[in-house]
Amino acid sequence: MAAVSILETRGLTKAYGGVLANSDVNFKLAKGKVTALIGPNGAGKSTFVGMVSGRTEATSGQVFFEGQDISHLPAHKRMQLGLAYTFQITSIFPGLSVHENVALAARRKLGKDSEALEAKVQAVLTRVGIADRAEQIAGDLSYGHQRILEIAMGLAQDPHVFILDEPTQGLAESEVDDFIKLVRSLAGETTILLIEHNMKVVMETADFITVLDQGMVLAEGTPAEIHANADVQAAYLGSTPHA
Amino acid sequence: MTSSRKSTLLHLGVLALLVVLFFVLPPYHAGNLSRIMVLAIYAMGYNLLFGYTGLLSLGHAMFFAAGMYGFGLTLNLGGWPVPLAFVAGVVCAGALALVIGLLALRTAGVAFMIVTLMFAQTGYLVVLYFGTYTRGDEGFVIQQAQRMLGGFDLTSETGRYVTALILFAICFLGLARLVQTPFGRTLVAIRENEERTRMLGYDAGSHKLRALIISGAVSGVAGAAYALLFGYVGATFATVQYSIFPLLWVLLGGAGTTIGPLIGVFFMFYLIDTSSTYTNAYMLIAGVVLVLLTVFAPQGLAGELRKRVFKWLP
Repeated sequence: MAAVSILETRGLTKAYGGVLANSDVNFKLAKGKVTALIGPNGAGKSTFVGMVSGRTEATSGQVFFEGQDISHLPAHKRMQLGLAYTFQITSIFPGLSVHENVALAARRKLGKDSEALEAKVQAVLTRVGIADRAEQIAGDLSYGHQRILEIAMGLAQDPHVFILDEPTQGLAESEVDDFIKLVRSLAGETTILLIEHNMKVVMETADFITVLDQGMVLAEGTPAEIHANADVQAAYLGSTPHA
Repeated sequence: MTSSRKSTLLHLGVLALLVVLFFVLPPYHAGNLSRIMVLAIYAMGYNLLFGYTGLLSLGHAMFFAAGMYGFGLTLNLGGWPVPLAFVAGVVCAGALALVIGLLALRTAGVAFMIVTLMFAQTGYLVVLYFGTYTRGDEGFVIQQAQRMLGGFDLTSETGRYVTALILFAICFLGLARLVQTPFGRTLVAIRENEERTRMLGYDAGSHKLRALIISGAVSGVAGAAYALLFGYVGATFATVQYSIFPLLWVLLGGAGTTIGPLIGVFFMFYLIDTSSTYTNAYMLIAGVVLVLLTVFAPQGLAGELRKRVFKWLP
């Protein structure tokens, strides 16, 4: 990858007892681009972003963010530096209003400036298309809208790197299309690391793809390169790669 | 009218009502109300931690008692002036909350309940152990002559009521304001989903610790005020019973509401007071009413009002 990297991991490893969820992952995230992280179930994708975001403690290895070694920072400090994270299993504040959910995300940066906060919340809700539901209780939203709300909470933080862990899981076809448009509109604005199973989403949004298999990086490249990669096909389909 | 205007009016209205009640109520009930206001301060302190931050402590009696003994001992044995002794009581409670917080906040959920319960039990035993100074179970009386503030007699019915009302008003308005600040909103976020709050970049641990310190200090205000206004300091106030009371009051009145604690204390006080005039089995009546309320109004009186009628209720 020729592009400047904003986030880098060196030798990142996670062992659960004797099982290596990730072993020696060296990864660079190109600044301002959309990078998709794909791989079969159990390939270690979520563990990997867990270590990047600080939710999961790494067994060994380092994480660099904008040149700074963040390996030993707790998760909330990493978020303060400009990472944002959406959970694979929807995690919102179900008892609070949609507005307050997004406000909580934006408030850490905007603090007591209530006008700027209000403007930010409105802008973000409008952008993801749920502004008309601002006063609803988040827990009452449909599943699809809850996923969108979680993305809105990420955007409200103006992240430098936005990690999306399977954002389209469980979304309807039309919602997936809206999501693709949203991610495309973010291109250039922020850097996105996308974990995704839906190949349509990956192929239509990603600038680069990294494939994980059995906790290791199997392949890296543009969508076209990955598409043609025999090892990747083997990992997904289980066929023997041609010699 | 916006929600924040309404809630300001509500809080000022409650205080105005308390002022009016003093003039219209017979002395017996005015006396009760002084006690209710002091206990409501305790309940409000507890509510910040339980209702807003979602941490269920079973050991708040240690903070109430720390305020009470911090005040009573410095006044009685140290001969400190009332205002200074009062501050000492509050500082004792806050400092104890800091130490307890650093240890107990390593746990969560049921473990947190048990750890706080154990610490409070230790606190009770410490009071008994130093019986030479604390007079243990028997406790000690703070002489009427000591309970003066610049010529103002705090043992008179008026002195008591006014002092209780002023302290109540400060804590009531202060906490109502606090829970609207970004800090207060973050506490609610922690209650709702701690992991998400952390992953939004908030230091959940430090927020919880600060909430516990404020909660402990406010409980200490109540403890010191109780000793000051009612003239007695005793180990009973450090027992587990006094850790359970604020939980009941807050649950009854409405956890996570600003007026819930006052309503809860008021309700329970008069429930016991009234039922005991009819029967000796007044605790049975109280118990039945509590069970019914938990079944039919699980969010407490103010909580149900918020759910059904006044959605803006803070």
